[in-house]
Amino acid sequence: MKPKKDVKKIVFQSEKEMPMMPMSIGSMLFNKTGSWRNIRPEIKLEDCLQCGICWKFCPDMSIEIENEWPVVNYDYCKGCGICAEECPAKCIVMVEERK
Amino acid sequence: MKKVIMGNHALSYGALLSRSQVIAAYPITPQTQVVELLSEMCADKTLDAKFIKVESEHSAMAACIGASVVGARTFTATSAQGLALMHELLHWASGGRLPVVMGNVNRSMAPGWSIWTDQNDSLSQRDTGWMQFYCASNQEVLDTVIQAFKVSEQLAIPSMVILDAFALSHTYEVVDIPDQAKVDEYLPPFRPPFRLTPDDPHAFDGLTGPENYFELRYKLQKDMEKAPALIEETGQEYEKLFGRRLRLVEDYLCDDAEIVLVSSGTAGYTARVAVDDLRQNGVKVGNLRIRVFRPFPFEAVRRILKKAKKVAIVDRNISYGHHGIFYQEVKSALYGGANGRPLFGFIAGLGGRDITPATFKGIVDHTLAHDQAEEEIIWIGVKK
Repeated sequence: MKPKKDVKKIVFQSEKEMPMMPMSIGSMLFNKTGSWRNIRPEIKLEDCLQCGICWKFCPDMSIEIENEWPVVNYDYCKGCGICAEECPAKCIVMVEERK
Repeated sequence: MKKVIMGNHALSYGALLSRSQVIAAYPITPQTQVVELLSEMCADKTLDAKFIKVESEHSAMAACIGASVVGARTFTATSAQGLALMHELLHWASGGRLPVVMGNVNRSMAPGWSIWTDQNDSLSQRDTGWMQFYCASNQEVLDTVIQAFKVSEQLAIPSMVILDAFALSHTYEVVDIPDQAKVDEYLPPFRPPFRLTPDDPHAFDGLTGPENYFELRYKLQKDMEKAPALIEETGQEYEKLFGRRLRLVEDYLCDDAEIVLVSSGTAGYTARVAVDDLRQNGVKVGNLRIRVFRPFPFEAVRRILKKAKKVAIVDRNISYGHHGIFYQEVKSALYGGANGRPLFGFIAGLGGRDITPATFKGIVDHTLAHDQAEEEIIWIGVKK
């Protein structure tokens, strides 16, 4: 999956340009937490009910719905396994990463 | 309208008149009546606010942060162990620049288990980036809540309104409760420059690397430095509307005093009684009550203590291994300049920015080039 935005790190050149709190400084995009993952969710779409529960439960919004089907964004998925736990059709399996 | 109320209820009336929109709190002696009355006000619609029941003070402050970030005027109250449990989230409120106002009833930290007053609970939160107001009467408690919202919202910095356990919290005094219309004139609705809203989505308080963090802290300090003038200004504005001046410090017979007492909280009023008695016996003594502790009122303390031959500082607190906390703060205000050897204060490396040999060489160059520090804080490596 391609990122929806151009991912680049925001480095302010002066305090005057900065918001007063860390607000939309891009860190959610450039910090690709997917590299922390030890196990990855794989979705067997043939058993998927398209219920959207995985999308709703993912704490990092790493499951996106594309053309009504769930797709994992591996750039950010940390492999917590909540989607696999919650899937009523048991069509998400956690598979060990090979690095 | 004048009413005889306890200090805790003075906090509640302050939150009511300020039109707080969200209140999240957990009860703890000696703070309980603050939220008890507020929950009744919310239940009978005297106050149009969302009252959130929570399971701990940590959750209370978390709920306040959530409410404040969407742009609600937010109030809570706690004491002692409850404040300590909030500690982590106090940093989130100030770092997130959320103008939450909190009442804290000064209660001694356990053990030994105690419900009686001293200041170690609030002073332990000295460095969390909250403003701290120490009150000496129930009237001042009510007035300070209203002023704290005004100052906090202008600077985007949270405030603690602090009162002594029992000596104020449970003591009944006559309090003038201002008209709502006049309070509305003084305190306009909260309109933050940024807030969490689906209309303009943003991510708040995310990962901030060494390349950006330092400047955020610089900005917080710079805004904190604006507070003394703003507190005086809004305190004069308050006097015009309500007849009571709200100041950084209150000096009492200090002009010709040989000994000036420095005090805070209710002890600050007790000191005035002692000053009157001593003056009748010919002892030239005065009292300086510090109302605002953060930001520390350096200019006012230096000006008022300038002529005093001796200064006697009364601390209802202690920093173990150091001194009384007001003592060390007053000492730090008076030191420097022509007194003692020159001290230079550098701030460097916040948020993981590197401190290198070159940083130290820059510090030495600066120190060599100046006889005295021109500023209290010399920021090393901030991108201005």
